[in-house]
Amino acid sequence: MTMNLFDQFSSPQMLGMPLIIIAMAMPTMIFFPPMRLITNRTSAMQNWLMLKFTKQLMSPLNKPGHSWALPLLLIMYTLLLINLLGLLPYTFTPTTQLSMNMALALPLWLTTVLIGLRNQPAASLAHMLPVGTPTPLIPILITIETVSLLIRPLALGIRLTANLTAGHLLITLISTATLTLFPTMPLVSLLTLTLLLLLTALEIAVAMIQAYVFTLLLSLYLQENT
Amino acid sequence: MADRPVPVKDLKLLDIKLGQLPGWLASRNYSPMGFVNGYRRGYNRFYSKYIDVKKGGIGGIAMLLTGYVLISYIWNYDHIKHERWRRYH
Repeated sequence: MTMNLFDQFSSPQMLGMPLIIIAMAMPTMIFFPPMRLITNRTSAMQNWLMLKFTKQLMSPLNKPGHSWALPLLLIMYTLLLINLLGLLPYTFTPTTQLSMNMALALPLWLTTVLIGLRNQPAASLAHMLPVGTPTPLIPILITIETVSLLIRPLALGIRLTANLTAGHLLITLISTATLTLFPTMPLVSLLTLTLLLLLTALEIAVAMIQAYVFTLLLSLYLQENT
Repeated sequence: MADRPVPVKDLKLLDIKLGQLPGWLASRNYSPMGFVNGYRRGYNRFYSKYIDVKKGGIGGIAMLLTGYVLISYIWNYDHIKHERWRRYH
């Protein structure tokens, strides 16, 4: 039995070398760059997927925002692969560590804010006050909007961490329940097994969605500020 | 037919004779750049043989993922061995 449910999230070490290094380098091994005009099947499929992502991400942005295509696309792809690889047995998911997600979210959010403040300071400050607010409400609304702006990086990082951690934890709990129930009540165990299968399907979807949401929100913040 | 003698350090591991093994091991480049180059060579050989083919299947990626799962298991073994079912913990 697991001694502590949260042990699965501690960064595993062997000979002092943390597994997180391999876990974070794994997306580079799965990435197959298209090196020829007509590439192999795997590269072509991956290329098609990336082009779809790029079109979806870049359509709401204006021309200066298009220079962000490569960072956003790579963040999306890395997060997607890291999340999906974490669903394989015995693997380690780096995105369950808050430190990694905050390290991704905070600098990128700050970049969008600074770009907005530098290029169009009046317009980016004007976002603090939505159009058409009644005059007595203005001071409160400015405070609220500022707070909501400052809390964005926290929200970005914690959203990713919490979703993935919760998913992994649920899978562990339900699989433990299934195994424990099997000798005594096989039928209930079968029900729990069905639940586990559904949950795994959900986890795969969540992995993909979370990567998408992270990148989408970043592009949204960029859109406001470019 | 006698080939031109190739220096030991240029041969691949599977091409050398058993008696030449210590000499081969000693002549490898053990600096960090050496490891990186070795990794690059190995990965490129795998890539060009299993993935960079016109009609590749799921086998190439499946091998990569299986290797990753195996490495994770070995890396975590110290922690996993406490999860065995036994009467008295």
